[in-house]
Amino acid sequence: MLRNKSFVKRTRKGNIVRTVKEHYLRDDITCGFEECSHKVCADARRNAEKSGKPTAGDVNPAAPLSASPRSTTKWGLHYLVPDTNAFVNQIDIFERPIINNVIVLSTVMDELRGLSMPVYNRVRAITRDHARRWFVFSNEHHRETFIERSANESPNDRNDRAIRTAVIWLKAHLEPALITPVLVTNDEGNLRKALEDGVDACRMDEYLRVYSEHPELLDMMGSVSITDRNSEDSSWSGYPEYLSTVQVQAGLKANALVQGTLQIAPYNYLEGSISAVFPDGKEHRILVIGRNNMNRAIQGDRVAVQILPKSQWRKAPSAALVDEDEDAVPDVDKKTSEDSPTGRVVGIIRRNWRPYCAFLDPNFVTKGARASNAPTIVSVLAMDRRIPKLKIRTRQADALAGQRFVVAIDSWPKESRYPQGHFVRALGNAGDKATETEVLLLEHDVPFQPFTQNVRADLPSEGADWSLDLERDQIASGKRHDLRALNICSIDPPGCTDIDDALHAFELPNGNFQVGVHIADVTNFVKPGTAMDVEAAYRSTTVYLVDRRIDMLPELLGTNLCSLRSAVDRLAFSCIWELDQDANIVDVVFHKSVIHSKASLTYEEAQNRIDDPTMKDPITKSIRSLNMLAKKLRKRRMDAGALTLSSPEVRFRLENDSQDPVDVEMKALKETNALVEEFMLLANISVARKIYQHFPDSAILRRHPEPPAQNFCNLQHALKPLGIELEVGSSLALAQSLDKAVLPSDPYFNNLLRILTTRCMMQAQYFCSGTHTPEEFRHYGLATDIYTHFTSPIRRYSDVMVHRLLHASIDREAGYGSVLTDKNKMTEQCDMLNHRHRMAQQAGRSSVELYTNLFFKGKTVEEPGYVTQILQNGFGVLIPSYGIEGVVYTTSKDADSSIPPALEYDQAAHELVSPKKDISIALFQRVRVILQVDNKPVSANVSSMRRKLSLRLIEPHVPGISPTDTEQKRIVELVTKHPDKVKNI
Amino acid sequence: MSRQELLSPEGLRVDGRRANELRRILCRASVLNTADGSAYYEQGNTKVLVAVYGPREPRLRGPVQHEQATINVEFNVAPFSTSERRKRSKGDKRLLEVASFVRQAFEGAIQRSVYPRSQIDIYLNLLQHDGGTLETCINAATLALIDAGISMDDYVCACTAGFIDEVPVLDLNAVEESSIETPDLTVAILPRNGNIALLQMESRLHSDKLEDVMDLAVEGCKHIHRKLDEAVLAAASDLAQKLNR
Repeated sequence: MLRNKSFVKRTRKGNIVRTVKEHYLRDDITCGFEECSHKVCADARRNAEKSGKPTAGDVNPAAPLSASPRSTTKWGLHYLVPDTNAFVNQIDIFERPIINNVIVLSTVMDELRGLSMPVYNRVRAITRDHARRWFVFSNEHHRETFIERSANESPNDRNDRAIRTAVIWLKAHLEPALITPVLVTNDEGNLRKALEDGVDACRMDEYLRVYSEHPELLDMMGSVSITDRNSEDSSWSGYPEYLSTVQVQAGLKANALVQGTLQIAPYNYLEGSISAVFPDGKEHRILVIGRNNMNRAIQGDRVAVQILPKSQWRKAPSAALVDEDEDAVPDVDKKTSEDSPTGRVVGIIRRNWRPYCAFLDPNFVTKGARASNAPTIVSVLAMDRRIPKLKIRTRQADALAGQRFVVAIDSWPKESRYPQGHFVRALGNAGDKATETEVLLLEHDVPFQPFTQNVRADLPSEGADWSLDLERDQIASGKRHDLRALNICSIDPPGCTDIDDALHAFELPNGNFQVGVHIADVTNFVKPGTAMDVEAAYRSTTVYLVDRRIDMLPELLGTNLCSLRSAVDRLAFSCIWELDQDANIVDVVFHKSVIHSKASLTYEEAQNRIDDPTMKDPITKSIRSLNMLAKKLRKRRMDAGALTLSSPEVRFRLENDSQDPVDVEMKALKETNALVEEFMLLANISVARKIYQHFPDSAILRRHPEPPAQNFCNLQHALKPLGIELEVGSSLALAQSLDKAVLPSDPYFNNLLRILTTRCMMQAQYFCSGTHTPEEFRHYGLATDIYTHFTSPIRRYSDVMVHRLLHASIDREAGYGSVLTDKNKMTEQCDMLNHRHRMAQQAGRSSVELYTNLFFKGKTVEEPGYVTQILQNGFGVLIPSYGIEGVVYTTSKDADSSIPPALEYDQAAHELVSPKKDISIALFQRVRVILQVDNKPVSANVSSMRRKLSLRLIEPHVPGISPTDTEQKRIVELVTKHPDKVKNI
Repeated sequence: MSRQELLSPEGLRVDGRRANELRRILCRASVLNTADGSAYYEQGNTKVLVAVYGPREPRLRGPVQHEQATINVEFNVAPFSTSERRKRSKGDKRLLEVASFVRQAFEGAIQRSVYPRSQIDIYLNLLQHDGGTLETCINAATLALIDAGISMDDYVCACTAGFIDEVPVLDLNAVEESSIETPDLTVAILPRNGNIALLQMESRLHSDKLEDVMDLAVEGCKHIHRKLDEAVLAAASDLAQKLNR
């Protein structure tokens, strides 16, 4: 049956036109019930079984709804049919695995797409999980459930009626099986009409009461209006109203408003800024300061901002750190000559709310006695400091104290000072290692769930018994070269299980060298478009934490089949050069290969082989040639201006059983590290040239932009008194001036300077070659004109894509996904890679921080440190022996604002100076500090919930900041009493 | 922004068809009295009217071929055929291109040596547009040529197929066609021997997938062949009735 959908729409140009689309109604839409006896449904079920679609367990994907769903006294056996708003508001509840046997109508799906893509995607994800037994019923294309919109009916009313019509049909259809569809809606009108139609319907909360064994479900109810009159002060008049969408659009068009993504300062949640393009075409940073100006916008929201009159412009309050209670933050009000524009939020273009990890506000006192099960309203603080306090309603306030949990924001009405949200799930006790690790994974958006069944199904069926097959692996046909006879070895850090790369070298008869880099052939196992590939692309990178690794690929591949271990045949992608005596490339070829690594060495073992003159076996000879060539390559790279930068990296020695940190050590570098690195760089560069040549529009490359000179201003300023000049004109000049910057009195100084220089750099990023000009391809840090990542496909998805590109460029018949030539999709994937890469780095750092705090728990240590950062009300100190960095605050937390701070910020000198000008704190200054982690009970105050290492200044002694004499005495006592707990160098 | 979902995970397309389903086809031969042969053909919301004149004496001396007939195709798009009116000039390259494709498809099928020194004119008028212009034009022209009684080796049946979310999809409509990522392949075959009269695609499709997409399009052509056959039979029996009366 055919019906034409006809509607009127406005085109991009603004013309009003009539659009007509076909709409076919069908007779073959099934109900999804696994034992339905109607002919259409039974036939479809049989067809699905015959076509052999992957069935998960005993669930037929064409008919997943169970014959024995949940039963209640009121409705008997029933399926849930939620309406659109039920999903939008309660998606967290629907994601709980106990909610199964749900019918999703296509009307609801279409509405969800329009309302909120994130919710739509989450619903889709549930329907894909067959074990959940969710079914999408295409009522819009069903002959008997499709309805035409009648005159004077709004689209919303029409959709509500369509939903009711579908439920009526389902009720009749499922009647013989004694199963009732139950409509879930919170819309009073819809509910009433449904009951009049004789359909079973109820409100969400009504339904959840049925789950008496899961009281937390009721806590997860979203969009319950929370009015807490007592806590709101009477002077509060509410936030300004938002402009309507039409007004915002018109304002943006007329340049009366600007739009941008709100970025909240990491240290003060009442200070935000957007960067927006002004009508003059220049990009400006607009400050949005204070609660009223921010007007309910949250970090990451896309907002429309009205610029305030020039008289209200102010200077950007650079880096004022706020440590403690959020309410105590005074509105910054400093006016200086260099004003930047300020603005206020008048409308939200797109919200960017996500679930937040949070904890109960310890300052929040529950009022009066209450029944244990009665809901109370509590305020919670997010782990992310940029997020304001939230109000949630919960029945488990007592249980949540001292816990970490996930909350979601529902709304922020203008009468409410804080956003309102609901509880999603508990994570565990604060301070617990497992809990805190989960928190940091969640906060950094790292996907860490175990691999699903679908993904594991894509692994080779032989499992760990996989072995080389000359036919299948295309060795017989000559497409894959057999390099098993070569003396290949791998060099990695000790304990490395995912070996990406192996090397070989030998002298050719003409005096040149053949050098090969062999990279695990991951793409042989991860075919484009498979579930495993999709998952790997989503994860994008392996994340290394102190105590665990979140793999990008399932373990079987990562640490076994793809890992180039010794004494087994492994598939590889080889890059083989002919290098002359001076390490110039004479020729390079790439091909797929099979290798048989002769040895897996650690850096140390390889170093010992080089150093031991008695060793004369082929492997050692090969390593010696590699080492000789690597030195030449390195020399040439350095001469071209490659930078040697530094970061304060530490490694924890973990106690075996409990994984508690027992000691900290710095990562040590050996000559062989540089050897491997040098050849990996060479391989990456050679591959980058090759794929760019074949895919000029869609090659994945990596660039590192040159940092603007003003990034170095503060650093250069601080170096002047030390008589050191930092040349930043080019990377070569910078590298040379860094080499010269040595203080004989302080061997660590050069290292420190390199650490600080690193912080002035831009982020390196992946990009698609079609989106930048070739001049922008430069990698500043490595001083090469083109670069990519090819050498670690086990732990980086970028390398997987590069492998596919390279394969396609050497073998025309290679099957590759159409994505590889699609510039837009490649760019999208690059953004994802960059995001995940950044998040993985931050997660790794947070993990180190977490372990540092665990290590210092209950310890008090006095250490020398260096000033690395000057802030308005504090300064950063790096402690080299632990590689950790913390902030010393110059404003004491309990001092009220009338007392002048002990150190004032001097903007001209970029220093902190005491009022008497006798003490000053400047960059690079050596100080002594005491390190400790508060060991107070978790609920004591906010800072202990966001457990931070606290630093106290000992030398130079600044009254008001440094501990008083009595305090010092106590510390000394502690040192003498518990020498085992104190580590003093 | 949210991309429109062209093929839902339930296997239904925007208009409710499954991936391997054609749109509804309605066609009739002999709709115009003045032309030697004519046909009206609609496939979904794409509607075409065709008039065939000839074989007749060429108007111009230039293109005359002494051993066979010349085929002249003119393609015209009605300004009201899309929701936004657009006037097209006669020299519009897109129009000329479609006309030239249609001519190529029929040059092999029409027994041109039967009509030396003559010309066959095919006038194509697109009345309403909803994707698949070329396929509808070829199918309609087949019907009109048969109606005109011109000797042909076989019908020429055309069909499009695309590739959405790793699934070959038959007979794209305008929404599906306009998506940049969807390749759009038009195949015209002579159904009895399966020879390919035309194969046209402007977008990128990986060669691994080409065979699947082509197979599907050929299936579609065969289905269309049955539809056209019915229309020819209907026209013939109509004529027979008129003669017997």
